[in-house]
Amino acid sequence: MKIVVCIKQVPDTAGGVKFNPDGTLDRAAMLAIMNPDDKAGLEAALRIKDADPENVKVTAVTMGLPKADAVLREAMAMGADDGLLITDRVLGGADTWATSSTIAGALKNMEYDLIITGRQAIDGDTAQVGPQIAEHLGLPVISYAREIQVEGDSVIVKRQFDDGYMMVKAKMPCLITALAELNDPRYMTPGGIFDAFAKEITVWGRDKLDVDDSNIGLKGSPTKIAKASDKVAKGKGTVVTPDSPQEAADAIAAALAEKNII
Amino acid sequence: MDFQLDKQHEMARDLFRQFAETEVKPLAIEVDETEKFPRETVTKMQKYGFMGIPVPKEYGGQGCDPLTYIMCVEELAKVCGTTSVIVSAHTSLCIDPIMTYGTEEQKQKYLVPLAKGEKLGAFALTEPGAGTDAQGAQTKAVFDEETQEWVLNGSKCFITNGKEADIYIIIAYTDIVEDKRGRKQKRFSTFIVEKGTPGFTFGVKEKKMGIRGSATYELIFQDCRIPKDNLLGVRGKGFANAMHTLDGGRIGIAAQALGLAEGALDRTVAYVKERKQFGRSIAQFQNTQFQLANMATQIEAARLLVYKAAEAKRTQKSYSVEAAQAKLFAAETAMDVTTKCVQLMGGYGYIREYEVERMMRDAKITEIYEGTSEVQRMVISGALLK
Repeated sequence: MKIVVCIKQVPDTAGGVKFNPDGTLDRAAMLAIMNPDDKAGLEAALRIKDADPENVKVTAVTMGLPKADAVLREAMAMGADDGLLITDRVLGGADTWATSSTIAGALKNMEYDLIITGRQAIDGDTAQVGPQIAEHLGLPVISYAREIQVEGDSVIVKRQFDDGYMMVKAKMPCLITALAELNDPRYMTPGGIFDAFAKEITVWGRDKLDVDDSNIGLKGSPTKIAKASDKVAKGKGTVVTPDSPQEAADAIAAALAEKNII
Repeated sequence: MDFQLDKQHEMARDLFRQFAETEVKPLAIEVDETEKFPRETVTKMQKYGFMGIPVPKEYGGQGCDPLTYIMCVEELAKVCGTTSVIVSAHTSLCIDPIMTYGTEEQKQKYLVPLAKGEKLGAFALTEPGAGTDAQGAQTKAVFDEETQEWVLNGSKCFITNGKEADIYIIIAYTDIVEDKRGRKQKRFSTFIVEKGTPGFTFGVKEKKMGIRGSATYELIFQDCRIPKDNLLGVRGKGFANAMHTLDGGRIGIAAQALGLAEGALDRTVAYVKERKQFGRSIAQFQNTQFQLANMATQIEAARLLVYKAAEAKRTQKSYSVEAAQAKLFAAETAMDVTTKCVQLMGGYGYIREYEVERMMRDAKITEIYEGTSEVQRMVISGALLK
């Protein structure tokens, strides 16, 4: 069984977001980490491999600048068998459409039974790339996976929603998008780190991708960003400690009336 | 000469730091307060290979170099002195001599489970009447020709990982010979003893000033019979082997000291930016700035000595002087830096919740165990004057 896990190197937003004067993200000023949803997807793949290490192969794929190889090394130090970096200057400035077209263009030249991506990346928060890859490849997609089970040539996935869950069974090949809540990803091992650096990472440029020029890079991106800004700090708000439900309702109604909402 | 860590070592440091911050730091206050051995943490460290970092993969280890192992001890010590010494005693003092002197059978039987972390190790040289003067040790091993066993009698004290460990390296004298002047000299040998061997029991658990979660026990041997095959290395070479083992151990303790100093400085830097006196943060006072500058410089010098010693262990046969210098300087740096950090943090520094007072208590032992600072000076000056 061959599993491809798509991962993204993202800025660590835990320490705050920093912007360049032109409104784009100042990635150099922020630490780079593996996107948390993707890491959970990788962990899910590694657990499938743990159950049958001889027959399951996990490949981590990322698209980004040459330095994004660090996130592939991390995946390999956690237990992925190998890594593929898709990098080329002509791919720069890609939005979700161009990104998914590019990654699907790589996947068309790879063997896989199952593709796992994160639900969404913490830098863009679009949740579009995973499902779009599936569309480009004509595969079934199961999003918001909280549990993944392999049964013969099918997967059984628990899809999580705010108010419930859905059990879905699909035949492979298919694509699953994973939630960070799926699991607690393992740490790397010290020996795994040195092994990961001893291995070659496969690097594919534009010429290795089965994709039309009109669908890659900035030119192939229909999204135009008008403006980006940091979140605005909100006021502290008002804390009311009512003695009864009636008093609480009155306080809320009064506040809404004051703002002319009701 | 390159002072820059390569990407592999940088990533290993990130791993150790992340593990220490997430898994070890939240327990550090409780471990100190309750004096409870952090068994859950040891189990987690086992899972991720932290208990056999410098052991070749064919023996169940991670196949990394001494520097990687040292960085693990350093990062653990930044948040918890107790956890760092558990790894250091296990790796440097129990695993290392088996790796160095063990037969293939001994490696398969003991090194593999130790490196995988399935078993915990300890090392026992010190006795009630013999600390720095290790030659004064009284524990004796006699070979019983009839049963082909060694019979151990005596006791060891202040043994790190005592009672918690499964496998013990024990130094005992096996022969008495006369030197050229006719003076009697003990000849020591090294033995591997398993917990549970009849005649091997534990005495009192020591109550200590620092590293309070570390289990420090007395070991007692009363007609304790161990198989002939558990003699480690050559009979009569036990003292030299123990000294060589301690050379490696000292680099581990030096890394522990380095981590303690760094941990205290990190907390103090954060504190002085927040703490306000006379209308401004105390970081704006020149006394604070100069003290921080001195401490950061001491720490950087200690780090270079410790990493140099770790590299010497990888590339050189003998590294006694490098290990002694690293331990001497790092331990005295740890004591000095943690004491100054408590002072800079004033009343809060003296409160347990703020953790630097624990680091100060933990730091003191690094000037004492695995050779006091005075012993390190003897080693260094001995090499100069020979």
